[in-house]
Amino acid sequence: MNPAPLAIAPAMTDTTFALTLVLLLLAPLAIAGVALINTGLGRSRSAAQALLGNVAIVSVASIAFFLIGATLTGAPSDGHIIHLAGKPWNWLGTGSYLLGGFSAAPLQSQLAVLFEFLAVALAALIPWGSGADRLRLAAGCATAAVLAAFVFPVFAHWTWAGGWLAQLGVNFGLGAGFLDPGGAATIHALGGVTALAVIWITGSRKGKFPKEGFSTAMPGHNAVYILFGCLVALVGWLAFNLAGAILWLHAPLAALPIAAVNTLLAASGALAATFTVTRIRFGKPDASLCANGWLAGLVASSASAALVSPMPALVIGIIAGILTALLVEVLELAVSIDDPSGAISVHAASGVWGIIAAGIFAGGTGQLVAQLIGVAALLGVVLPLVYLLFWLLNRAVPFRVDADGERIGMDLHELGGGAYPEFVIHRDDSYR
Amino acid sequence: MKYAGLLVMPAGFFLSIAALVLFPAPAPRAAFVFCGIAVETLGLVVAVRGHIEPRGQTMGEPR
Repeated sequence: MNPAPLAIAPAMTDTTFALTLVLLLLAPLAIAGVALINTGLGRSRSAAQALLGNVAIVSVASIAFFLIGATLTGAPSDGHIIHLAGKPWNWLGTGSYLLGGFSAAPLQSQLAVLFEFLAVALAALIPWGSGADRLRLAAGCATAAVLAAFVFPVFAHWTWAGGWLAQLGVNFGLGAGFLDPGGAATIHALGGVTALAVIWITGSRKGKFPKEGFSTAMPGHNAVYILFGCLVALVGWLAFNLAGAILWLHAPLAALPIAAVNTLLAASGALAATFTVTRIRFGKPDASLCANGWLAGLVASSASAALVSPMPALVIGIIAGILTALLVEVLELAVSIDDPSGAISVHAASGVWGIIAAGIFAGGTGQLVAQLIGVAALLGVVLPLVYLLFWLLNRAVPFRVDADGERIGMDLHELGGGAYPEFVIHRDDSYR
Repeated sequence: MKYAGLLVMPAGFFLSIAALVLFPAPAPRAAFVFCGIAVETLGLVVAVRGHIEPRGQTMGEPR
């Protein structure tokens, strides 16, 4: 479909409202899937802390977004506007405080706020997986609060709530403006660059990069969680992509089945590509990398599923799968980045690829330039801003657990009990 | 090095934004936006290299 530049929302029919609400009630399955994957990719001695952290982060992010974030996100009808070079730049939302007047708002606006609540919860989960086995629970909650109160709302306003990125089409003739209906940028790439900042500040797990030799393999402790999480996430992603198409592109109902097919094709293509690459590289397919590939396909589809036809969707997925399989290895071996959940490859890199692919396959040069400016905002504003905020936060709430806590595991250290009390838990010396 | 890279990245962003305002024609505008992304990529590479941990050490450990 070809969306008009910042189309004025038509009044939502009862049928569309009901469908969108049902989709949004399924969207938490994406959160559940990512939570399972985050937990499975960590170590067994930190599993309970990891899953509790996922639940706590969803709670903290929701509260922070309610208290501050929803106001800063605002709606397309409002915003702080500065005028530069004769053009309006809507850079910050001015929504009502504490969701005042929410139930009297138009149906579309109410659903948009619900979408944003679920989106911020998912975005806040992404860095938690990257800090697995050494990021303290309090620090995880603190990062989620900062992300949900300030960083996500600003970027969500730019992309979804009539901000300057969404208005690039109207103000500068760049296609339909920055398009991100499923949240490839606003949820995933934002969460992915946040994960990079968390890893930089927290450091790697002890023993991950020894003085001599290659990095130590620290495989995820439960492939069943990881792979089941992938299937659960598919349902949530379908819901996000379809609800996003209705809310942000005003897609007609007839455009939704193809968006669902594209989502599935992108994930399938990515899985097939990762399966093949790991089969060639290692002689056997790697289960956790295949799961990462599947998720990368879903992430890449988030920008483009509602905009492209099935063949480009499959190609987008295949490229995301190849990119993920190679980038996970490069990040660990070449630049010593310890990212247990692969969030940088899966969410940041594939999210950026999805954004660019939407520009390549869904519009002309103007649309591609609009998408590139969105990428420029992520790298040039969000990453440095998040790094600065988290660097300051780390002074008040130290991110990293102490050496003893890391040795005995996050479960015993932070919760006083393990996730699997009847099982033997591996110690550090089991790995090398 | 790591902070220099993070400072270069906003410079790339402002280059991309400047292209929107300064170049109404599509071709030079697209070229300058690409240049802005290239500058950001350069900053990212510098930041990533600056954050590589010395082998056997962990940067984030509490002192």
